[in-house]
Amino acid sequence: MTRHAIIPLSLLLLLLAGCQEAPAPAEAAPAIATLSPVERGQYLVDVGGCHDCHTPWTMQENGPGPDLTRALSGHPADLEMPDPPAPVGPWIVASAATNTAHAGPWGVSFTANLTPHDETGLGTWTTETFIATIRNGRHMGRGRPLLPPMPYFNYAKATDEDLAAIFAYLQTVPAIDNRVPSPRPPRLAQAQ
Amino acid sequence: MRPSPTAPTPATAPAPLRPPPLRAAFALYVCGAALVLGSLTACRPEVTAPVRAPGAPKPPPERLEDTGLARAALLSFSPQYPLWTDGADKRRWIALPPGTSIDASDPDDWRFPPGTRLWKEFSFGGRPVETRYMEARSDGSWSYATYVHGEDGVARRAPDRGVPEGVPVAGGAGRHVIPGQADCVSCHEGRPSPVLGFSLLQLSGDRDPNAPHAAFGPEDVSVAALVRTGRLRRLPPTLVAPRVEASSPTERAALGYLHGNCGGCHNDVGPLAPLGMVLAQSFGRPRPVQGTLLARESRFRLWDRPDAVHRVHAGEPERSVLLHRLRSRDPNTQMPPVGSLVADEEAAALLERWIRDLPGGRLVGLHN
Repeated sequence: MTRHAIIPLSLLLLLLAGCQEAPAPAEAAPAIATLSPVERGQYLVDVGGCHDCHTPWTMQENGPGPDLTRALSGHPADLEMPDPPAPVGPWIVASAATNTAHAGPWGVSFTANLTPHDETGLGTWTTETFIATIRNGRHMGRGRPLLPPMPYFNYAKATDEDLAAIFAYLQTVPAIDNRVPSPRPPRLAQAQ
Repeated sequence: MRPSPTAPTPATAPAPLRPPPLRAAFALYVCGAALVLGSLTACRPEVTAPVRAPGAPKPPPERLEDTGLARAALLSFSPQYPLWTDGADKRRWIALPPGTSIDASDPDDWRFPPGTRLWKEFSFGGRPVETRYMEARSDGSWSYATYVHGEDGVARRAPDRGVPEGVPVAGGAGRHVIPGQADCVSCHEGRPSPVLGFSLLQLSGDRDPNAPHAAFGPEDVSVAALVRTGRLRRLPPTLVAPRVEASSPTERAALGYLHGNCGGCHNDVGPLAPLGMVLAQSFGRPRPVQGTLLARESRFRLWDRPDAVHRVHAGEPERSVLLHRLRSRDPNTQMPPVGSLVADEEAAALLERWIRDLPGGRLVGLHN
């Protein structure tokens, strides 16, 4: 039933998208082969949509947009989330306005701080740890499972070189001290 | 102009892409689809198995019987601090190639000769359910496989993804999860030697009488026996029968349990070393300069226990994140993160006693 529910949503969005003016032509794509690992990593972070969830979104002049003063710092620690709304019919997921907290059958997940902050981000991680995380779908490659909506299973298909480039770029962004909350279990598990 | 979703970067960075007007909505849609699909697969979507490249190592045999379990010259062994697997009974064997030996010059991470094979059989209610297998390749890497025992008596190799939904068993949680290849690697390759149960402290002849769930059979080998028969070489003579340094029997058993169940990942020589949380006992190197548990803030915070801040809070088990995670079976919280669906209450009670008795500062065995 949930599969069926998502299809009309996708059609609706596609139809809406078709009504929009065509976006301005993107600037010329960079010549990938000439990029440094950090530049390549930035390119992959941009096209991979990492900011969509790992940078808090705010309502801006033209609608929602990422707050780049907190780029890639994950769910804001000072934004305490109340219990999510109960699912109704086919509506089984809920997302915070920041797009950094997501509730669903898995519980509540909060997007991680990807900045190189030593205590709250990836400051002490290594390239190997990062690659293992994406490959295995587990925190630091061997801990708790990564949760939706993190599509690690797509990124797991990237090459080691690409993943290393992403990590190299993430290590260059400003470190932000932001301790993201740990995930919460599903409602049923909480009630037990 | 809208801000581009790009963090500040060096001046040479490429120009960012401009998001289309409905990018936010589309992003939410994509996320939603991933969420639904994720939930339908127990939040663990299967990653398409890569095509095996030409020249890649040969996979383990399809059937357990073809691994040589029935033919090899086997040594049976039982680690004194066994890994908890929901109360499963276990049998373990190792086979070394003829004429070879294990190099113990690093007492904490023995080096095994190519061709070394190990098996671990899991049984519930007297019925074998699974046998795990690992083999040392000639290039120094290891291959891993899990075999599921069928009703027809044949144990067949599980798919690379394992059997995450589990197989039915009589006992434990009523089902037993078969680990996938990634699980094997995540546990076994957390330190230089991937062989965890066949190691110095685990096979010490000075066995801990208070170790939870320990069993020792008359055929099981010890470090002393391995040295005597020439299967283990270059081990300093003073280390033939090591024990956990502790101030009480409870502390000895608690630290030993953490070594056997957590030290494979939480050590100071593997990928998680940057965490600075060392639960592995070491006999070849100076121990960590600082205690890594007591009064050390945990990076993980429990959603329902904001007062639990430290890994171990001396005297207050209820404020110790380590104990909460050991007891939890919420997959986002539990430790170890794989291999168990039922908390080890006997061990949790042991650790609770140990934490409650800690004198609030000194932790023998993890301090210098």
